[in-house]
Amino acid sequence: MSDAGTSAKRRAGNKSSTGDQRPSTKQSLTQALDTELYSNGNDKYAGYNTSIAVQDDDDMDDAAEVNGRRLVGQYTATKEMMNEFAHGATEEADILTSREEQAQIASRETEYQRRRFDRNLDGEDQSYQERMKAREIEREEQRVRKIIEDRERNGQNGNEVLDHVPTLKDGAAAAPTVDGDKTPPMEKKSKRKRRWGAAVEIEEPAKEEEVEALPDAEPEPEPEVKEPESKKPKSSRWETTPAPDTPMTDAPADVPAQAPVRSRWDTATAPPAGTTSAAPAAGDVAHPSVPFGFGTDISARNAPLSDEQLDLMLPSEGYKILEPPEGYTPVRKPIGIPQLPAGYQGYMIPESGGNSELLGKQMPTEIPGVGDLAFFKNEDMKYFGKLVDNVDENDLSVEQLKERKIMRLLLKVKNGTPPMRKTALRQLTDNARQFGAQALFSQILPLLMERTLEDQERHLLVKVIDRVLYKLDDLVRPWVHRILVVIEPLLIDQDYYARVEGREIISNLSKAAGLAHMISTMRPDLDHADEYVRNTTARAFAVVASALGIPALLPFLRAVCRSKKSWHARHTGVKIVQQIPILMGCAILPHLKGLVECVGESLNDEQPKVRMVTALALAALAEAASPYGIESFDEILNPLWTNARRQRGKILASYLKAIGFIIPLMDEEYSSYYTSQVMDVVIREFQSPDEEMKKVVLKVVSQCSGTAGVTPVYLKDHVLNEFFKHFWVRRMALDKRNYRQVVDTTVDLAQKSGVADIIGRIVNNMKDESEAYRKMTVETVDKVISTLGAHDVDPRLEEQLIDGVLVAFQDQTIEDPVVIDGFATVINALGERAKTYLPQIVQVVLFRLNNKSATVRQQAADLISRITITMNKCDEDPQLIKLAQALYEYLGEEYPEVLGSILGALRSIITVVGLHAMQPPIKDLLPRLTPILRNRHEKVQENTIDLVGRIADRGADFVPPREWMRICFELLEMLKAHKKGIRRAANNTFGYIAKAIGPQDVLATLLNNLRVQERQSRVCTAVAIGIVAETCAPFTVLPALMNEYRVPELNVQNGVLKALSFMFEYIGEMARDYVYAITPLLEDALIDRDQVHRQTAASVVKHVALGCVGLDCEDAMVHLLNLLWPNLFETSPHVIDRIIEAIDAVRNAVGTPLVMNYVWAGLFHPARKVRVPYWRIYNDAYVQSADAMIPAYPQFDDPELRRHELDIFI
Amino acid sequence: MADKLRNQQQLESLAARYIGTGTSDTTKFEFTSNMARDSLASYVGHPPMLQYMSIGLGQSKERTRIQMLERMVRPVGNPPEQQD
Repeated sequence: MSDAGTSAKRRAGNKSSTGDQRPSTKQSLTQALDTELYSNGNDKYAGYNTSIAVQDDDDMDDAAEVNGRRLVGQYTATKEMMNEFAHGATEEADILTSREEQAQIASRETEYQRRRFDRNLDGEDQSYQERMKAREIEREEQRVRKIIEDRERNGQNGNEVLDHVPTLKDGAAAAPTVDGDKTPPMEKKSKRKRRWGAAVEIEEPAKEEEVEALPDAEPEPEPEVKEPESKKPKSSRWETTPAPDTPMTDAPADVPAQAPVRSRWDTATAPPAGTTSAAPAAGDVAHPSVPFGFGTDISARNAPLSDEQLDLMLPSEGYKILEPPEGYTPVRKPIGIPQLPAGYQGYMIPESGGNSELLGKQMPTEIPGVGDLAFFKNEDMKYFGKLVDNVDENDLSVEQLKERKIMRLLLKVKNGTPPMRKTALRQLTDNARQFGAQALFSQILPLLMERTLEDQERHLLVKVIDRVLYKLDDLVRPWVHRILVVIEPLLIDQDYYARVEGREIISNLSKAAGLAHMISTMRPDLDHADEYVRNTTARAFAVVASALGIPALLPFLRAVCRSKKSWHARHTGVKIVQQIPILMGCAILPHLKGLVECVGESLNDEQPKVRMVTALALAALAEAASPYGIESFDEILNPLWTNARRQRGKILASYLKAIGFIIPLMDEEYSSYYTSQVMDVVIREFQSPDEEMKKVVLKVVSQCSGTAGVTPVYLKDHVLNEFFKHFWVRRMALDKRNYRQVVDTTVDLAQKSGVADIIGRIVNNMKDESEAYRKMTVETVDKVISTLGAHDVDPRLEEQLIDGVLVAFQDQTIEDPVVIDGFATVINALGERAKTYLPQIVQVVLFRLNNKSATVRQQAADLISRITITMNKCDEDPQLIKLAQALYEYLGEEYPEVLGSILGALRSIITVVGLHAMQPPIKDLLPRLTPILRNRHEKVQENTIDLVGRIADRGADFVPPREWMRICFELLEMLKAHKKGIRRAANNTFGYIAKAIGPQDVLATLLNNLRVQERQSRVCTAVAIGIVAETCAPFTVLPALMNEYRVPELNVQNGVLKALSFMFEYIGEMARDYVYAITPLLEDALIDRDQVHRQTAASVVKHVALGCVGLDCEDAMVHLLNLLWPNLFETSPHVIDRIIEAIDAVRNAVGTPLVMNYVWAGLFHPARKVRVPYWRIYNDAYVQSADAMIPAYPQFDDPELRRHELDIFI
Repeated sequence: MADKLRNQQQLESLAARYIGTGTSDTTKFEFTSNMARDSLASYVGHPPMLQYMSIGLGQSKERTRIQMLERMVRPVGNPPEQQD
């Protein structure tokens, strides 16, 4: 046929060229004379792509590629790299798309995930048989489409045929064959029958419809599977006017009777078109609405050419204007239709009632009967528009009222404020059975299919489904499939929580509907024509299996996996088995044998895809079962291993993956045998360029080397050479995933074959010129040595190793802890053996401390703090002192990051050298630190306070007290730091200093600080006083503190109380000695007017009381309780909480019965205001010490209530 | 408002765990029955106490125990009539 087409064209071409040529002797400028060379009879565009690429990257590069190989060297980044962030999961957010759009789920979905919109909810009420038949038809369509595509790909360009063949023929014989721009002409009817007539016979009407579909051939709309009614032929997707890849709206061009039944979805996809109200009214056949163009308005240029224009352009001779076939109405866009808003998805026929007039108006935030919503989106109008149509509710039927009621509740749940959502959700749940499944789901499910849905809305709607499901139970059955269609996409969402939600719904659904119903519902989708549907169905089935138990599903799975009818079903069946272990983990162990048997036979399947998924399923099963269950895999070992030798490419990768997961399950003997059987394949694949394959073989190697049966000798003899040859190359370090894989695998190999061997092979790479490669090597060395130690390393290797890390350290340009970590690990692992190298290292560090780059200085200082312990172990204290002196010189460093590192290094040197031996002496060092304490940089603060604290703790006497006082003043500033660690360190340092120089001066400083305005500072001062009191014994502090309470200033008094509270918290049982001393002060505080005062006093009481439980201070405690009790009616939450805590503490100190005497009085008080706090105290007491309350319960005289047992007396 | 709600929830979870806790709406009947049940449980739960009471009642410990367990059903008689 292709020959016929091209030869016809050739003839036409020759003819016209001869006709056009004027009888001139001059050479035409446009005509190539040397036709042999330039147009030697062939289509001169043969071999070119004649269409303009849609993708942005296809034709951009100019360098020609011949046989996929470039003639010119490529000196630019690859297309993949340049477009890395333009597509797919890594796509960077386009700042031009509005934030609103970014929040939508659909905007971050991959193309694959977006295929969920291709599914529809039509035809759900069909029987099982009907649905199976529908699926059959879809498959057939798919097959046919594939054939057509194949043909096109094979060079039969339909355009040529359509352009020329019919026009050259006289007569209309060929006219009806026109079908889009791709169907080659089919003369023979028998052939047509074979292609189209699988299910139905195509008669004349069908042809007409095909012609109708002519003008714009675009991807097909949703298949409208519908049972033919009268004689009308099976309406297939080919007939209707095609639309962009969204589900199509009606095509009114069709004869109404033939129009597909309009589903909810059709209307659902249309936006509330504020500006489209100018669009032609519904049913206007003369101006049918067609899909409009997207993007900028180029529609004028793309408008059909007028007859006049055509006359001008085309030659008038030799051509014939054809009559349009009967019944053909041209699809024309009326002139002057405004450009549509972005996001337009097809025209919607307005629902009856004229909502469309409302759509143009401002979006309301308040809907009658709903109240004030959090937001109301444009798209919500088409679902909830009914609520604003102001119809008198009295005129509506019960059903309509119910619909509106549900609508309102759903709107509240979806768009309402949190409290609204809550009540609405509860109402929906409680009334679910009254509303019925039909009324509920027919509104919820379309909402979930909305394209502009956002995460939060989806979450809420899914929640509604979950709650409603629970109530509806088996009433949900007719809706199972539709719910699945909506929920299944959640199973492949990127968001983990969405996946969990999806699983939960499906699992609840299967519990409500029962296994049999679930199977019969999902069965037709198992061999669905669309891979997306099969994939999601497999995942859903796995969830069903986990919900209802694997044994229940096993017989079905076995049948599906052995389906003779279609390999799709087998593929999906195996995929279910693959998903089950991923979902359930080791819970599959009891059923492992059954599951393996299900898929075992598919290893020999004729379809490569089935074989592949089978291997993946086995891998998943083995991974979940590890380390048990090898006996279940016995049957498949042989086919797996023998087949693995025969496979190539992706399938081989999956087989190897399965093998890799099964080998670790085996015992020693078997694993060694089976490893040796497969290793040659694995080693062969080391050189595969495929990333996936690389990942798999690396994994297999590490898994094999982990088993007992694989000996170090074997690894050395067979694996290591090849492994290092292929994977330890610079290229591997550039890709992050490869990098990680290679490092991990090398570490695993080192576990088996020893440190020396592995390190010996890679040690020289640390001096490589590629930084990434050096880093990869250092990281591997770090990991290997930190897990296995450096005992194997011989002196020669030791030298190389130190040399290598030094080079890597010196040459690093990027700030990354990896190299320093590696360096530290190596030095620390070598321990005393590192002694010989230390002078050299110290030289390097000293040199680099003087570098002009701040990063280099920082790294040098960081390195020092990592290796001081080893240096100390090697008796290199003189070197450390030398370093310390150098660091001391650099304390004037201006970069805070570097200064922080220098201080850290000094601290670690002081830690190992000791304060006595430290040079420069502490008394010189500390005065240099005092000004640095004023530095506000966090890293500096943290390191200084640490260093100062250490000195104050261990060697306070090296420094004169005056200096310490100075430091105290600086430390007060530190109490304002943001980082908690700094504040804590500062507080502790106060304690050390107070211990060193006596509490008086420090306390005076701190008490003065209580007068400052800043709250955080006061609180920290109070804490510091508490700490000082703890370290220097309370009696040294308490008098001054209590004296300070006499200052008539609220802040000070509060601060004193707070300090007391911390003090009593820290000193615990020591409190007993101070109870009577402190009671008068507390007495005063508890009857103060200021409630914060009383609150703080209550917390003092709490800590005192808890400190002296059982220590015989009951009298004081009861006294305090009497003062506390009236505060019970405080309402401020902080105050009342402290008061209740204090009462609880006193209850522990004086015993429950005593406090209960206070409680009984108010439990049944006539005023609720009184009852409420009393019951709170009662409940607290009950929870803590119910048993102790028994003797204290009140006595009743009523014989019914009297506790006679207590009267027993012997 | 939110605080009130949280308090309410805390109270509910408390009541779910400890039946004997109450609110300002607890009736005398509820309180006394809980009191009686708690007392009986306490007698049964402390063996010396049970021993003492059995001796006083002149019967075996087990019998006393059973009696007390049985008395936990409606320990203070029937609930008061609902009056609306």
